[in-house]
Amino acid sequence: MSKPARAVGIEITGVNLSYGATHVLKDVALSIRPGEFFAFLGPSGCGKTTLLRLIAGFAQAQTGKVLLDGQDVAPLPPWKRDVGMVFQSYALWPHMTVAKNVAFGLEERRLPRAEIDRRVAQALELVGLSAYAERRPAQLSGGQQQRVAVARTIAIEPKVLLLDEPLSNLDAKMRVSVRRELRSLQQRLGLTTIFVTHDQEEANTICDRIAVMDAGKVQQVGTPMELYENPANLFVANFLGSANILDERAGVPMPAGKRLVFRPQHAGLTSPEGAALRGPVTHREFLGATVRYAVRIGDSEVLIETPFQSGRELRDVGDNVGVDLPPRRMLFLPA
Amino acid sequence: MQRSPGQVALALAIALFLGVFLIVPVATVVYVAFTEKGGGGLTLVNFLDFGRTDLFVRSFWNSVYVSAMTVVWASVLALPLAYLTTRFEFRGAMLVQTLGFLPLIMPPFVGAVAMQLLFGRNGSVNLLLDEWFDFKIGFMEGLNGVIFLQAIHYFPFILVNLSAALRNIDRSMEEAAQNLGSHGLRLFRRIALPLALPGYIAGASLVFVKVFDDVATPLLLNVKEMLAPQAYLRITSIGIDDPMGYVISVVLILVAVATMWVTALVMKGKDYATTQRGGGGLARRHLRPREQALAYAVVILILALVLAPHVGLVLLSFATVWSYSPLPDGYTLAHYTRVLGDSSVYIKNTLLYAGLAATIDVVIGGAIAYLVLRTRLRGRQWLDWAASTALAVPGVVLGIGYLRAFYGVNMPDGTPLATLWIVIVLAIAIRRLPYALRAAYAALQQISVSLEEAAENLGATKARTVRRVVIPLMTGGLLAGFVTSFATAAVELSAVLILVQSNSDAPLAYGLYVLMQTPAGRGAGAALGVIAVLIVAICMWLSQLAVDRSQRARGLDI
Repeated sequence: MSKPARAVGIEITGVNLSYGATHVLKDVALSIRPGEFFAFLGPSGCGKTTLLRLIAGFAQAQTGKVLLDGQDVAPLPPWKRDVGMVFQSYALWPHMTVAKNVAFGLEERRLPRAEIDRRVAQALELVGLSAYAERRPAQLSGGQQQRVAVARTIAIEPKVLLLDEPLSNLDAKMRVSVRRELRSLQQRLGLTTIFVTHDQEEANTICDRIAVMDAGKVQQVGTPMELYENPANLFVANFLGSANILDERAGVPMPAGKRLVFRPQHAGLTSPEGAALRGPVTHREFLGATVRYAVRIGDSEVLIETPFQSGRELRDVGDNVGVDLPPRRMLFLPA
Repeated sequence: MQRSPGQVALALAIALFLGVFLIVPVATVVYVAFTEKGGGGLTLVNFLDFGRTDLFVRSFWNSVYVSAMTVVWASVLALPLAYLTTRFEFRGAMLVQTLGFLPLIMPPFVGAVAMQLLFGRNGSVNLLLDEWFDFKIGFMEGLNGVIFLQAIHYFPFILVNLSAALRNIDRSMEEAAQNLGSHGLRLFRRIALPLALPGYIAGASLVFVKVFDDVATPLLLNVKEMLAPQAYLRITSIGIDDPMGYVISVVLILVAVATMWVTALVMKGKDYATTQRGGGGLARRHLRPREQALAYAVVILILALVLAPHVGLVLLSFATVWSYSPLPDGYTLAHYTRVLGDSSVYIKNTLLYAGLAATIDVVIGGAIAYLVLRTRLRGRQWLDWAASTALAVPGVVLGIGYLRAFYGVNMPDGTPLATLWIVIVLAIAIRRLPYALRAAYAALQQISVSLEEAAENLGATKARTVRRVVIPLMTGGLLAGFVTSFATAAVELSAVLILVQSNSDAPLAYGLYVLMQTPAGRGAGAALGVIAVLIVAICMWLSQLAVDRSQRARGLDI
């Protein structure tokens, strides 16, 4: 595909959506910039897929607006929205060949035959499947099917591209290579893209910005690094990487109603004397590059990861240790 | 799982049963068709005669035409209903789905005469049309009558298969099409319908074969120039030595086999078991008020047609005289007193025959299912195939085969085996065996092998494991198989028609057929029909109850 004339932004404001008594999306507001690779990240049931389906027109919100390029899409049915969606199951039609699948959207747009053929060939070439045009979807591997689904979607030159857990049906090795392909394809097309996933690594590695969602709410929006370094709340801190969380009983002064949060690899072990946080080692795990200790602090347990250096003595289970935590690594987040 | 002597003995016994009561009769029919009259050598001359006889050629094409047109009209009725119920929020949907059971409750021949009275040249509908609008519609003229009646009776086979297929399509299949710009009828035609095609074809080919093999419905409508009726007429009027009945039988088998073969060819590579992910079927759309009115009109019209044979039958069973008038002249209970009095032997025979046949089916079906799924006996698959070939053997052919194969076999007291009532039971049992077999498979497949292995691990022998674990767990499924076999056996006619030797041995369907031939007997025939419908309906309900109960008992919440 040639680059679209202009990438399109998405504005979502005040969206509330319920299915019966279940409130699936709560006051969702997001601003997705033109050309951005954006992720909806969250655990299953957080509302991320529903939000994606809302943009595609497969769900209706009770309140709020979705603006595509400044235009409210609420009155448009799914088939008039021009937002390309790649389904989690790929949803390739088994009764059509690969080429027929890719041609479908173009035929629905009543394009001339020659133009359809040209764009089908172009889209298949873009995903590297030109040789497979006459195959049936069932004759392709999972990764190839996924690329057909992408080709079918970008063939119509949509305003935005929606990817619903596109990597979840692939094995671990394929995932890494396919996500790189998706990223470079998106870069070449300059297409505004939303990527739904529950896997923080996927979101971190390919997306420009991420909206972390939980319980129907957007918890925080930011670049992967911002979210990791400065999580806005305990959920975000926990969901992106592991985090130790301590309350005031740990003996560290902290603002009322807040919790002390720090990452295992940001702390080290020291002697218990004079340390604010101290206690016995309860577990030790050797992970190769690092050694992970569990230390009991009052009623809680914290994890500390220290780099492994051969020859250096390790602490044993039962040793009393202190936790060495630089103040700049301390985060105080609302409970 | 090694083989035990008990399993081998069981397999051999079943093989013997199928050999004697299915393979031998059918082989006899084929053999006779290819031998010269009077017992000469093998020849094709009978088939040449068939091809040279105008009547047979005409009958053949009439049968093809009627079967094909029935499929067409049945599709016309089934398609909109399937579309409505699977793609729209529609309160009439439940009503439409229950239609699926109606053809099982009443085979078309039962209502044939009643439909003649409702839709015939001088039937209720045409009398009213003539009076109000001065024209008549030839619903029941000649072949059209057969098509009309069969389509009304058999369209639910297409409806049920097609709706199930439509519901099983993963919703993302259609959402993807919407996302790419397709919607409405065009979406249905390009995505949903092709994906549901296997379901449609399965239903359509079933309808085609059933109509092609039907003897009694055309005869009751006084249509003789069709192939299956010709086979029956040849054997009963000219005798069992005339080769033409056998040649026609072979043609009937060939058509059934060819239909199944073509079906298999078309379905090849089209088994689109779209993996179910997150709820089936597209979100159903609400109908706008005007669409809603139209939808209801369509459903009510079709419902009226489907119920017409039943309504007509009930009216006829209570009527004193009913001809040349929209409704009967008066009403009486005399027909019921008659059939419950001196004709009650029909009812007694039906219960006996159907009960015995269904028992045989469940025992043999259950045994075959066990041998195929749970043992490694060599050739066990052949038992399944042999039993399933019964599907391709029309009832009239099986009847002719029994007559020919067993007429020369005499009982100790000198009566030919073919004239005994037990032969009727066996024929019915063979005809219904494939259905019982499917039920047994389904029941056994739901039981995890580990349950049996656990019993054996705790010291139970194979035989005791079967008795204490397998059979108790299969009970619900087998019971459902029994009731379905029983219900359909109770209204089996085409094989029975040939085998019944005297009225005292005849089941209800035969009595109904005979009574319906004369205007004086119609009322009583209709009363028998109503009783048959009641028996079958109660059985269907019981079977549903049995399945529900066993599923609940095992915590399978479906």
